[in-house]
Amino acid sequence: MKEIFSIALGAILVNNFIFSQFLGICPFMGVSKKVDTAVGMGVAVTFVMGLASAFTWLANEFLLVPLKLEYMQTVAFILIIAALVQFVEMFLQKSLPALYTALGIYLPLITTNCAVLGVALLNVQNGYNFIESVVYGITGGLGFLLAIVLFASIRERTVFADPPKAFEGFPIALVTAGLMALAFMGFSGANVFG
Amino acid sequence: MNIVYAILVLGILGGIFGLILAVASIVFAVKTDPRLPEIVEALPGANCGGCGFAGCSDCASHILDGSAPVNACPVGGANSADKIAAIMGVEAGSSEKQVAFVRCNGGTNAKKRFEYRGVQDCISATKVAAGPLDCSFGCLGFGSCVTACKFGAMSIGPNGCAVVDPEKCTDCMACATACPRKLIVSVPAAKKVRVACNNKDKGKAAMSVCANSCIGCGLCEKECKKDAIHVENGVAVIDYAKCVNCKLCTKVCPRDAILPQATAEEKEKYKAIKKAQAEKAKAAAEAAPNA
Repeated sequence: MKEIFSIALGAILVNNFIFSQFLGICPFMGVSKKVDTAVGMGVAVTFVMGLASAFTWLANEFLLVPLKLEYMQTVAFILIIAALVQFVEMFLQKSLPALYTALGIYLPLITTNCAVLGVALLNVQNGYNFIESVVYGITGGLGFLLAIVLFASIRERTVFADPPKAFEGFPIALVTAGLMALAFMGFSGANVFG
Repeated sequence: MNIVYAILVLGILGGIFGLILAVASIVFAVKTDPRLPEIVEALPGANCGGCGFAGCSDCASHILDGSAPVNACPVGGANSADKIAAIMGVEAGSSEKQVAFVRCNGGTNAKKRFEYRGVQDCISATKVAAGPLDCSFGCLGFGSCVTACKFGAMSIGPNGCAVVDPEKCTDCMACATACPRKLIVSVPAAKKVRVACNNKDKGKAAMSVCANSCIGCGLCEKECKKDAIHVENGVAVIDYAKCVNCKLCTKVCPRDAILPQATAEEKEKYKAIKKAQAEKAKAAAEAAPNA
Protein backbone atom coordinates (compact mmCIF):
# COMPACT_ATOMS: atom_id res chain seq x y z
CA MET A 1 0.00 0.00 0.00
CA LYS A 2 2.86 2.31 0.90
CA GLU A 3 4.36 1.68 -2.53
CA ILE A 4 1.13 2.67 -4.26
CA PHE A 5 0.90 5.98 -2.36
CA SER A 6 4.53 6.65 -3.07
CA ILE A 7 3.96 6.08 -6.80
CA ALA A 8 0.85 8.22 -6.79
CA LEU A 9 2.46 11.15 -4.99
CA GLY A 10 5.52 10.85 -7.20
CA ALA A 11 3.51 10.88 -10.40
CA ILE A 12 1.34 13.82 -9.40
CA LEU A 13 3.89 16.14 -7.80
CA VAL A 14 7.50 15.01 -7.55
CA ASN A 15 7.92 13.53 -11.01
CA ASN A 16 5.13 15.47 -12.66
CA PHE A 17 4.96 14.38 -16.29
CA ILE A 18 5.03 17.90 -17.61
CA PHE A 19 7.16 19.84 -15.18
CA SER A 20 9.90 17.40 -14.37
CA GLN A 21 9.80 14.78 -17.14
CA PHE A 22 8.78 17.17 -19.94
CA LEU A 23 6.43 14.68 -21.56
CA GLY A 24 3.19 15.74 -23.22
CA ILE A 25 4.33 19.31 -23.76
CA CYS A 26 2.52 19.69 -27.09
CA PRO A 27 -1.05 19.50 -25.75
CA PHE A 28 0.17 21.34 -22.66
CA MET A 29 1.09 24.36 -24.75
CA GLY A 30 -1.56 23.80 -27.41
CA VAL A 31 -4.84 23.44 -25.50
CA SER A 32 -4.14 25.58 -22.45
CA LYS A 33 -5.65 28.86 -23.60
CA LYS A 34 -8.90 28.29 -21.71
CA VAL A 35 -9.51 26.48 -18.44
CA ASP A 36 -12.56 24.61 -19.82
CA THR A 37 -10.66 23.03 -22.69
CA ALA A 38 -7.69 22.37 -20.42
CA VAL A 39 -9.92 20.39 -18.05
CA GLY A 40 -11.34 18.41 -21.01
CA MET A 41 -7.87 17.59 -22.25
CA GLY A 42 -6.62 16.69 -18.76
CA VAL A 43 -9.51 14.32 -18.08
CA ALA A 44 -9.12 12.66 -21.49
CA VAL A 45 -5.37 12.21 -20.94
CA THR A 46 -5.94 10.71 -17.49
CA PHE A 47 -8.48 8.30 -18.91
CA VAL A 48 -6.28 7.15 -21.78
CA MET A 49 -3.09 6.95 -19.69
CA GLY A 50 -4.79 4.63 -17.21
CA LEU A 51 -6.11 2.37 -19.95
CA ALA A 52 -2.85 2.42 -21.93
CA SER A 53 -0.84 1.48 -18.83
CA ALA A 54 -2.99 -1.57 -18.26
CA PHE A 55 -2.96 -2.81 -21.86
CA THR A 56 0.71 -2.14 -22.57
CA TRP A 57 1.71 -3.86 -19.34
CA LEU A 58 -0.27 -6.93 -20.36
CA ALA A 59 1.21 -6.92 -23.87
CA ASN A 60 4.70 -6.48 -22.52
CA GLU A 61 4.42 -9.14 -19.83
CA PHE A 62 2.73 -11.87 -21.85
CA LEU A 63 3.93 -11.16 -25.38
CA LEU A 64 7.14 -9.20 -25.66
CA VAL A 65 9.07 -10.54 -22.67
CA PRO A 66 8.45 -14.29 -23.33
CA LEU A 67 9.47 -13.83 -26.98
CA LYS A 68 12.49 -11.67 -26.02
CA LEU A 69 11.14 -8.81 -28.11
CA GLU A 70 11.65 -6.04 -25.52
CA TYR A 71 13.48 -3.96 -28.11
CA MET A 72 10.20 -3.67 -30.03
CA GLN A 73 8.43 -2.01 -27.07
CA THR A 74 8.14 1.45 -28.63
CA VAL A 75 6.60 0.16 -31.85
CA ALA A 76 4.29 -2.28 -30.14
CA PHE A 77 3.13 0.27 -27.58
CA ILE A 78 2.35 2.88 -30.23
CA LEU A 79 0.31 0.26 -32.07
CA ILE A 80 -1.59 -0.65 -28.93
CA ILE A 81 -2.22 2.95 -27.87
CA ALA A 82 -3.43 4.01 -31.31
CA ALA A 83 -5.80 1.08 -31.59
CA LEU A 84 -6.97 1.53 -28.00
CA VAL A 85 -7.79 5.22 -28.45
CA GLN A 86 -9.71 4.49 -31.64
CA PHE A 87 -11.64 1.72 -29.98
CA VAL A 88 -12.42 3.76 -26.86
CA GLU A 89 -13.62 6.63 -29.03
CA MET A 90 -16.04 4.39 -30.91
CA PHE A 91 -17.17 2.70 -27.73
CA LEU A 92 -17.87 5.98 -25.95
CA GLN A 93 -19.73 7.46 -28.91
CA LYS A 94 -22.11 4.55 -28.86
CA SER A 95 -22.41 3.73 -25.17
CA LEU A 96 -21.66 6.93 -23.26
CA PRO A 97 -22.53 9.83 -25.58
CA ALA A 98 -22.40 12.31 -22.68
CA LEU A 99 -18.78 11.46 -21.88
CA TYR A 100 -18.01 11.41 -25.60
CA THR A 101 -19.26 14.97 -26.10
CA ALA A 102 -17.42 16.07 -22.95
CA LEU A 103 -14.08 14.70 -24.14
CA GLY A 104 -14.89 15.70 -27.70
CA ILE A 105 -12.01 16.20 -30.06
CA TYR A 106 -9.38 15.67 -27.37
CA LEU A 107 -9.67 11.92 -27.41
CA PRO A 108 -8.25 11.27 -30.92
CA LEU A 109 -5.65 13.98 -30.32
CA ILE A 110 -4.16 11.97 -27.47
CA THR A 111 -3.08 9.15 -29.79
CA THR A 112 0.12 11.03 -30.44
CA ASN A 113 0.58 12.41 -26.94
CA CYS A 114 4.07 11.47 -25.77
CA ALA A 115 2.96 11.33 -22.11
CA VAL A 116 0.86 8.27 -22.96
CA LEU A 117 3.72 6.44 -24.65
CA GLY A 118 6.00 7.75 -21.90
CA VAL A 119 3.94 6.20 -19.13
CA ALA A 120 3.91 2.84 -20.93
CA LEU A 121 7.69 2.82 -21.33
CA LEU A 122 8.33 4.11 -17.79
CA ASN A 123 6.18 1.32 -16.34
CA VAL A 124 8.53 -1.19 -17.93
CA GLN A 125 11.64 0.76 -17.01
CA ASN A 126 10.58 1.02 -13.35
CA GLY A 127 9.62 -2.66 -13.23
CA TYR A 128 6.09 -1.99 -11.94
CA ASN A 129 3.57 -4.79 -11.55
CA PHE A 130 0.07 -4.54 -13.06
CA ILE A 131 -1.59 -2.59 -10.23
CA GLU A 132 1.35 -0.25 -9.85
CA SER A 133 1.36 0.38 -13.59
CA VAL A 134 -2.32 1.33 -13.65
CA VAL A 135 -1.90 3.56 -10.59
CA TYR A 136 1.12 5.21 -12.18
CA GLY A 137 -0.83 5.76 -15.39
CA ILE A 138 -3.88 7.31 -13.71
CA THR A 139 -1.95 9.46 -11.24
CA GLY A 140 0.41 10.54 -14.02
CA GLY A 141 -2.69 11.70 -15.88
CA LEU A 142 -3.90 13.52 -12.77
CA GLY A 143 -0.53 15.26 -12.58
CA PHE A 144 -1.02 16.31 -16.20
CA LEU A 145 -4.52 17.55 -15.37
CA LEU A 146 -3.19 19.56 -12.42
CA ALA A 147 -0.41 21.08 -14.49
CA ILE A 148 -2.52 22.01 -17.50
CA VAL A 149 -5.35 23.51 -15.42
CA LEU A 150 -2.93 25.62 -13.35
CA PHE A 151 -1.16 26.71 -16.50
CA ALA A 152 -4.40 27.56 -18.33
CA SER A 153 -5.57 29.64 -15.36
CA ILE A 154 -2.35 31.63 -15.47
CA ARG A 155 -2.53 32.00 -19.25
CA GLU A 156 -6.06 33.34 -19.06
CA ARG A 157 -4.65 36.14 -16.93
CA THR A 158 -1.53 36.83 -18.93
CA VAL A 159 -3.83 37.67 -21.84
CA PHE A 160 -4.79 40.82 -19.96
CA ALA A 161 -1.27 41.54 -18.76
CA ASP A 162 0.93 44.01 -20.54
CA PRO A 163 4.25 42.30 -21.26
CA PRO A 164 6.97 43.84 -23.48
CA LYS A 165 6.12 43.55 -27.18
CA ALA A 166 8.60 40.74 -27.82
CA PHE A 167 7.05 38.61 -25.06
CA GLU A 168 3.43 38.91 -26.10
CA GLY A 169 1.51 35.68 -26.70
CA PHE A 170 3.45 32.46 -26.95
CA PRO A 171 6.84 33.62 -25.55
CA ILE A 172 5.30 34.73 -22.25
CA ALA A 173 3.51 31.35 -22.08
CA LEU A 174 6.84 29.56 -22.45
CA VAL A 175 8.37 31.74 -19.73
CA THR A 176 5.37 30.97 -17.52
CA ALA A 177 5.77 27.24 -18.11
CA GLY A 178 9.46 27.50 -17.23
CA LEU A 179 8.70 29.30 -13.97
CA MET A 180 6.07 26.71 -13.08
CA ALA A 181 8.56 23.92 -13.74
CA LEU A 182 10.97 25.69 -11.38
CA ALA A 183 8.24 25.84 -8.74
CA PHE A 184 7.56 22.12 -9.13
CA MET A 185 11.28 21.48 -8.59
CA GLY A 186 10.47 22.33 -4.98
CA PHE A 187 8.85 18.90 -4.71
CA SER A 188 11.94 17.03 -5.87
CA GLY A 189 13.39 14.82 -3.19
CA ALA A 190 10.10 14.73 -1.31
CA ASN A 191 9.77 11.14 -0.21
CA VAL A 192 6.93 11.01 2.27
CA PHE A 193 6.35 7.28 2.22
CA GLY A 194 9.95 6.19 2.34
CA MET B 1 14.98 -16.16 -36.08
CA ASN B 2 14.37 -13.21 -33.77
CA ILE B 3 13.51 -10.93 -36.64
CA VAL B 4 10.90 -13.38 -37.86
CA TYR B 5 9.27 -13.37 -34.42
CA ALA B 6 9.27 -9.59 -34.38
CA ILE B 7 7.63 -9.38 -37.79
CA LEU B 8 5.14 -12.10 -36.90
CA VAL B 9 4.17 -10.69 -33.50
CA LEU B 10 3.73 -7.12 -34.67
CA GLY B 11 2.05 -8.23 -37.88
CA ILE B 12 -0.43 -10.40 -36.03
CA LEU B 13 -0.94 -7.76 -33.34
CA GLY B 14 -1.66 -5.16 -36.01
CA GLY B 15 -3.94 -7.56 -37.83
CA ILE B 16 -5.91 -8.34 -34.68
CA PHE B 17 -6.28 -4.68 -33.77
CA GLY B 18 -7.36 -3.92 -37.31
CA LEU B 19 -9.98 -6.63 -37.13
CA ILE B 20 -11.21 -5.47 -33.72
CA LEU B 21 -11.53 -1.91 -34.93
CA ALA B 22 -13.32 -3.02 -38.08
CA VAL B 23 -15.81 -5.02 -36.03
CA ALA B 24 -16.13 -2.20 -33.50
CA SER B 25 -16.89 0.31 -36.22
CA ILE B 26 -19.85 -1.84 -37.23
CA VAL B 27 -20.99 -2.78 -33.74
CA PHE B 28 -20.61 0.71 -32.30
CA ALA B 29 -21.75 2.53 -35.43
CA VAL B 30 -23.69 5.64 -34.49
CA LYS B 31 -26.12 6.68 -37.15
CA THR B 32 -25.50 10.32 -37.91
CA ASP B 33 -27.71 11.92 -40.48
CA PRO B 34 -25.61 12.63 -43.58
CA ARG B 35 -27.56 15.88 -43.97
CA LEU B 36 -26.14 17.31 -40.74
CA PRO B 37 -22.66 18.20 -42.06
CA GLU B 38 -24.28 19.54 -45.23
CA ILE B 39 -26.49 21.90 -43.22
CA VAL B 40 -23.51 23.01 -41.16
CA GLU B 41 -21.73 23.70 -44.43
CA ALA B 42 -24.63 25.85 -45.66
CA LEU B 43 -24.66 27.98 -42.52
CA PRO B 44 -22.29 30.96 -42.33
CA GLY B 45 -20.17 29.45 -39.53
CA ALA B 46 -19.88 32.72 -37.60
CA ASN B 47 -21.23 31.02 -34.43
CA CYS B 48 -22.80 34.36 -33.51
CA GLY B 49 -25.79 32.85 -31.70
CA GLY B 50 -28.21 35.10 -33.57
CA CYS B 51 -30.53 32.14 -34.11
CA GLY B 52 -30.77 31.54 -30.36
CA PHE B 53 -28.84 28.26 -30.39
CA ALA B 54 -25.31 27.60 -29.18
CA GLY B 55 -23.45 28.04 -32.43
CA CYS B 56 -23.99 26.94 -36.00
CA SER B 57 -23.75 23.18 -35.48
CA ASP B 58 -26.35 23.32 -32.71
CA CYS B 59 -28.61 25.33 -35.00
CA ALA B 60 -28.04 22.73 -37.72
CA SER B 61 -29.08 19.85 -35.48
CA HIS B 62 -32.22 21.76 -34.47
CA ILE B 63 -33.06 22.40 -38.11
CA LEU B 64 -32.52 18.72 -38.80
CA ASP B 65 -34.90 17.47 -36.11
CA GLY B 66 -37.47 20.02 -37.18
CA SER B 67 -37.47 22.15 -34.02
CA ALA B 68 -36.13 25.11 -35.98
CA PRO B 69 -37.23 26.36 -39.41
CA VAL B 70 -34.86 26.13 -42.39
CA ASN B 71 -34.55 29.90 -42.32
CA ALA B 72 -33.60 29.90 -38.63
CA CYS B 73 -30.30 31.61 -39.40
CA PRO B 74 -30.85 35.37 -39.68
CA VAL B 75 -27.26 35.94 -40.75
CA GLY B 76 -27.18 33.56 -43.72
CA GLY B 77 -30.48 35.02 -44.94
CA ALA B 78 -32.29 33.74 -47.99
CA ASN B 79 -29.09 32.35 -49.47
CA SER B 80 -28.40 29.75 -46.79
CA ALA B 81 -32.12 29.17 -46.20
CA ASP B 82 -32.47 28.12 -49.86
CA LYS B 83 -29.50 25.76 -49.59
CA ILE B 84 -30.80 24.19 -46.38
CA ALA B 85 -34.29 23.91 -47.85
CA ALA B 86 -32.79 22.01 -50.78
CA ILE B 87 -31.00 19.66 -48.36
CA MET B 88 -34.11 19.15 -46.25
CA GLY B 89 -36.37 18.92 -49.28
CA VAL B 90 -38.82 21.64 -48.24
CA GLU B 91 -39.77 25.10 -49.41
CA ALA B 92 -37.59 27.86 -48.01
CA GLY B 93 -40.47 30.19 -47.23
CA SER B 94 -39.94 33.88 -47.50
CA SER B 95 -37.77 35.42 -44.87
CA GLU B 96 -37.87 39.12 -45.54
CA LYS B 97 -34.60 40.76 -44.64
CA GLN B 98 -34.82 42.44 -41.26
CA VAL B 99 -32.34 44.93 -39.91
CA ALA B 100 -31.73 46.43 -36.51
CA PHE B 101 -32.87 49.98 -35.92
CA VAL B 102 -32.07 52.39 -33.07
CA ARG B 103 -35.25 54.11 -31.96
CA CYS B 104 -33.59 57.38 -31.05
CA ASN B 105 -32.35 60.33 -33.03
CA GLY B 106 -31.77 62.63 -30.09
CA GLY B 107 -28.03 62.73 -29.66
CA THR B 108 -26.92 66.34 -29.61
CA ASN B 109 -30.57 67.45 -29.72
CA ALA B 110 -31.24 65.80 -26.38
CA LYS B 111 -30.65 67.91 -23.29
CA LYS B 112 -27.89 66.82 -20.94
CA ARG B 113 -28.21 67.04 -17.20
CA PHE B 114 -24.49 66.66 -16.55
CA GLU B 115 -21.26 65.73 -18.27
CA TYR B 116 -20.47 62.04 -17.75
CA ARG B 117 -16.77 61.31 -17.65
CA GLY B 118 -16.72 57.76 -16.30
CA VAL B 119 -16.12 54.52 -18.15
CA GLN B 120 -17.19 55.05 -21.76
CA ASP B 121 -19.91 52.46 -21.75
CA CYS B 122 -23.71 52.81 -21.84
CA ILE B 123 -24.42 50.45 -18.95
CA SER B 124 -21.90 52.23 -16.72
CA ALA B 125 -23.36 55.60 -17.73
CA THR B 126 -26.88 54.56 -16.73
CA LYS B 127 -25.59 53.67 -13.28
CA VAL B 128 -24.62 57.27 -12.52
CA ALA B 129 -27.79 59.16 -11.51
CA ALA B 130 -29.77 57.29 -14.21
CA GLY B 131 -27.56 58.58 -17.00
CA PRO B 132 -26.45 61.99 -18.24
CA LEU B 133 -29.49 62.61 -20.46
CA ASP B 134 -32.62 64.44 -19.37
CA CYS B 135 -34.53 61.91 -21.47
CA SER B 136 -34.69 58.63 -19.63
CA PHE B 137 -35.37 56.72 -22.87
CA GLY B 138 -32.74 58.10 -25.24
CA CYS B 139 -29.54 56.73 -26.74
CA LEU B 140 -26.53 57.52 -24.57
CA GLY B 141 -24.07 57.21 -27.42
CA PHE B 142 -21.25 55.45 -25.56
CA GLY B 143 -21.35 52.60 -28.03
CA SER B 144 -22.10 49.44 -26.05
CA CYS B 145 -23.96 48.27 -29.16
CA VAL B 146 -20.97 49.15 -31.36
CA THR B 147 -18.78 46.89 -29.22
CA ALA B 148 -21.39 44.13 -29.26
CA CYS B 149 -21.72 44.11 -33.07
CA LYS B 150 -19.58 41.42 -34.66
CA PHE B 151 -20.22 42.60 -38.18
CA GLY B 152 -19.08 46.23 -37.97
CA ALA B 153 -22.60 47.43 -38.72
CA MET B 154 -23.05 49.73 -35.72
CA SER B 155 -21.46 53.13 -35.33
CA ILE B 156 -22.04 56.35 -33.43
CA GLY B 157 -23.50 58.76 -35.95
CA PRO B 158 -22.56 62.41 -36.44
CA ASN B 159 -25.16 63.59 -33.93
CA GLY B 160 -23.92 61.26 -31.17
CA CYS B 161 -26.61 58.61 -31.58
CA ALA B 162 -25.94 54.99 -32.52
CA VAL B 163 -26.86 54.15 -36.11
CA VAL B 164 -27.07 50.85 -37.99
CA ASP B 165 -25.57 50.26 -41.41
CA PRO B 166 -28.37 48.20 -43.01
CA GLU B 167 -25.96 46.79 -45.60
CA LYS B 168 -23.76 45.16 -42.97
CA CYS B 169 -26.48 44.37 -40.42
CA THR B 170 -27.40 40.70 -40.19
CA ASP B 171 -30.24 41.11 -37.69
CA CYS B 172 -28.45 39.02 -35.07
CA MET B 173 -29.71 41.45 -32.41
CA ALA B 174 -26.56 41.27 -30.28
CA CYS B 175 -26.79 45.08 -30.09
CA ALA B 176 -30.36 44.92 -28.73
CA THR B 177 -29.13 42.77 -25.86
CA ALA B 178 -26.27 45.16 -25.14
CA CYS B 179 -28.42 48.31 -25.12
CA PRO B 180 -29.41 49.19 -21.52
CA ARG B 181 -32.22 51.39 -22.84
CA LYS B 182 -33.69 48.63 -25.05
CA LEU B 183 -33.81 51.03 -27.99
CA ILE B 184 -32.84 48.61 -30.73
CA VAL B 185 -35.54 46.66 -32.54
CA SER B 186 -35.67 44.54 -35.66
CA VAL B 187 -37.48 46.19 -38.59
CA PRO B 188 -38.04 45.11 -42.21
CA ALA B 189 -35.21 46.46 -44.34
CA ALA B 190 -37.59 47.32 -47.19
CA LYS B 191 -39.72 49.63 -45.05
CA LYS B 192 -37.90 52.93 -44.80
CA VAL B 193 -40.28 54.85 -42.53
CA ARG B 194 -39.24 54.51 -38.91
CA VAL B 195 -40.11 56.25 -35.68
CA ALA B 196 -36.80 57.34 -34.23
CA CYS B 197 -37.94 57.95 -30.69
CA ASN B 198 -38.91 55.80 -27.78
CA ASN B 199 -39.88 58.53 -25.29
CA LYS B 200 -43.05 57.29 -23.65
CA ASP B 201 -43.75 60.59 -21.90
CA LYS B 202 -46.45 62.81 -23.37
CA GLY B 203 -46.62 66.43 -24.42
CA LYS B 204 -44.51 68.85 -22.44
CA ALA B 205 -42.57 66.22 -20.53
CA ALA B 206 -41.32 64.73 -23.79
CA MET B 207 -40.96 68.09 -25.51
CA SER B 208 -38.73 69.64 -22.87
CA VAL B 209 -36.00 66.96 -22.89
CA CYS B 210 -35.23 66.69 -26.60
CA ALA B 211 -35.80 68.57 -29.86
CA ASN B 212 -36.54 65.31 -31.70
CA SER B 213 -38.86 63.60 -29.26
CA CYS B 214 -42.20 62.03 -30.08
CA ILE B 215 -44.78 63.85 -27.94
CA GLY B 216 -47.60 61.50 -28.76
CA CYS B 217 -49.65 64.22 -30.50
CA GLY B 218 -51.19 61.76 -32.92
CA LEU B 219 -50.88 63.91 -36.08
CA CYS B 220 -49.23 61.01 -37.88
CA GLU B 221 -52.06 58.71 -36.82
CA LYS B 222 -54.62 61.07 -38.41
CA GLU B 223 -52.56 61.52 -41.54
CA CYS B 224 -51.94 57.85 -42.27
CA LYS B 225 -54.23 56.57 -45.04
CA LYS B 226 -53.44 52.93 -44.26
CA ASP B 227 -54.07 52.90 -40.52
CA ALA B 228 -50.45 51.82 -40.08
CA ILE B 229 -49.20 54.22 -37.39
CA HIS B 230 -50.61 54.52 -33.90
CA VAL B 231 -49.62 56.23 -30.68
CA GLU B 232 -49.10 53.51 -28.11
CA ASN B 233 -47.93 54.32 -24.58
CA GLY B 234 -47.11 57.86 -25.62
CA VAL B 235 -44.97 57.00 -28.62
CA ALA B 236 -45.85 56.45 -32.28
CA VAL B 237 -45.45 52.86 -33.46
CA ILE B 238 -45.62 51.70 -37.07
CA ASP B 239 -47.36 48.48 -38.06
CA TYR B 240 -45.09 47.31 -40.87
CA ALA B 241 -47.66 44.88 -42.18
CA LYS B 242 -49.71 47.90 -43.21
CA CYS B 243 -47.09 50.57 -43.92
CA VAL B 244 -46.59 51.30 -47.63
CA ASN B 245 -43.61 53.68 -47.41
CA CYS B 246 -45.72 56.73 -48.43
CA LYS B 247 -43.89 58.94 -45.90
CA LEU B 248 -46.95 61.16 -45.26
CA CYS B 249 -46.41 60.84 -41.52
CA THR B 250 -42.88 62.21 -41.81
CA LYS B 251 -44.28 65.37 -43.41
CA VAL B 252 -46.74 66.14 -40.66
CA CYS B 253 -44.61 65.23 -37.65
CA PRO B 254 -44.02 68.51 -35.79
CA ARG B 255 -41.01 67.02 -34.01
CA ASP B 256 -39.21 65.44 -36.98
CA ALA B 257 -39.22 62.22 -34.99
CA ILE B 258 -40.09 60.00 -37.95
CA LEU B 259 -37.32 59.01 -40.33
CA PRO B 260 -36.56 59.86 -43.08
CA GLN B 261 -36.90 63.43 -41.83
CA ALA B 262 -38.86 65.62 -44.25
CA THR B 263 -37.19 68.92 -45.15
CA ALA B 264 -38.94 72.21 -44.43
CA GLU B 265 -39.56 72.62 -48.17
CA GLU B 266 -41.29 69.27 -48.48
CA LYS B 267 -43.43 70.09 -45.49
CA GLU B 268 -44.47 73.45 -46.97
CA LYS B 269 -45.25 71.82 -50.27
CA TYR B 270 -47.38 69.17 -48.60
CA LYS B 271 -49.18 71.81 -46.54
CA ALA B 272 -49.93 73.78 -49.72
CA ILE B 273 -51.27 70.71 -51.48
CA LYS B 274 -53.46 69.87 -48.51
CA LYS B 275 -54.74 73.44 -48.31
CA ALA B 276 -55.58 73.43 -52.01
CA GLN B 277 -57.36 70.10 -51.64
CA ALA B 278 -59.32 71.38 -48.66
CA GLU B 279 -60.41 74.51 -50.55
CA LYS B 280 -61.39 72.43 -53.52
CA ALA B 281 -63.50 70.17 -51.34
CA LYS B 282 -65.09 73.18 -49.65
CA ALA B 283 -65.85 74.74 -53.02
CA ALA B 284 -67.33 71.47 -54.21
CA ALA B 285 -69.44 71.23 -51.07
CA GLU B 286 -70.73 74.79 -51.55
CA ALA B 287 -71.42 74.19 -55.21
CA ALA B 288 -73.28 70.96 -54.65
CA PRO B 289 -76.50 72.21 -53.00
CA ASN B 290 -76.91 74.90 -55.68
CA ALA B 291 -76.78 72.42 -58.48
